[in-house]
Amino acid sequence: MLTAFCDWLAQTPPSILIQTHVWIVIVTQSIHIVMIAILACAVLAIDLRLLGVTRKGPTLAVMERRFMPWIWPAAAGLLITGLVLVVGEPARELLHWLFWTKMGLVVVLLALTALFQLRVRADATAWDSTPSRKLAARTLGVASILLLLAIITAGRWIAYVLVE
Amino acid sequence: MDLAPIFQAIDASAISQTIRQSTWIFPTIETVHVVSLVLVAGTIALVDFRLLGWASRGQSAADVIERVLPATWAAFGVAVLSGGLLFSSNAVTYAGNVPFRIKMVLLFLAGVNMAVFHIGAHRRIAEWGHRGKPPLNARIAGALSLVLWTAIIFAGRWIGFLLSVF
Repeated sequence: MLTAFCDWLAQTPPSILIQTHVWIVIVTQSIHIVMIAILACAVLAIDLRLLGVTRKGPTLAVMERRFMPWIWPAAAGLLITGLVLVVGEPARELLHWLFWTKMGLVVVLLALTALFQLRVRADATAWDSTPSRKLAARTLGVASILLLLAIITAGRWIAYVLVE
Repeated sequence: MDLAPIFQAIDASAISQTIRQSTWIFPTIETVHVVSLVLVAGTIALVDFRLLGWASRGQSAADVIERVLPATWAAFGVAVLSGGLLFSSNAVTYAGNVPFRIKMVLLFLAGVNMAVFHIGAHRRIAEWGHRGKPPLNARIAGALSLVLWTAIIFAGRWIGFLLSVF
């Protein structure tokens, strides 16, 4: 059924437009990378604070206010550019297990990011108060960094892992 | 100066042949390159947004630069190393690749922009660092940096497309 959907999508005018103008893919992928840079560095800044690496700096509440405004727009930009890429080459993405792996990891990362944001806004000292909370903060920081690395790796390897 | 013999020698080297003959080494090095360039671009954007007065206005520009730039340099080092390995896997081809040459010129210009900023506006950062809106020459440096690094990413992506459609 997914194959049929890909076949249908590949015949639509937007898809044909992208297929016949490869510069659209290049530009869209480049914007996708710029958005990754913004999102990854904003997430990383918060993660370093969760890990306690930058604990002598601003509090988690300040970091949340400073960087979250960049994260959600960057995520939206990634979704939009991602959609353009899928429309342009449906089978390359939608029939590839690495693409779906990447999407699953993205959902997990965004869910953890939302969880973090809700907790810090509800209680600014939530992650600093007890040893177990600090451990939770460190775990979240490590998980977030590993997810970022896994997502970037999965995204790049779509091009290299051939799928029949 | 004819560099062709140098590129041919690189292509004949053991490292180059090993990368070319492997299915997984090039993608792995490229992934490292992407991660490091993401860090370079993102951290530079942080500094540039401050220089433009767009973000982090509550912190002094000097603080932002001092905190962020060590990470930028470390990531840049990894980007250069991984980029060098990628280049060496097919030196003759890359050397003749137009977007690759453009990318090298852009990297050079980004370096010049950074040097000009450091011997110019940055010398007097104690005077203007706390201002929400830095002086014009600092803002120009920030704007140029954003444009150049975005163009570097575009050129980098373009390289692959002229060699094979990835």
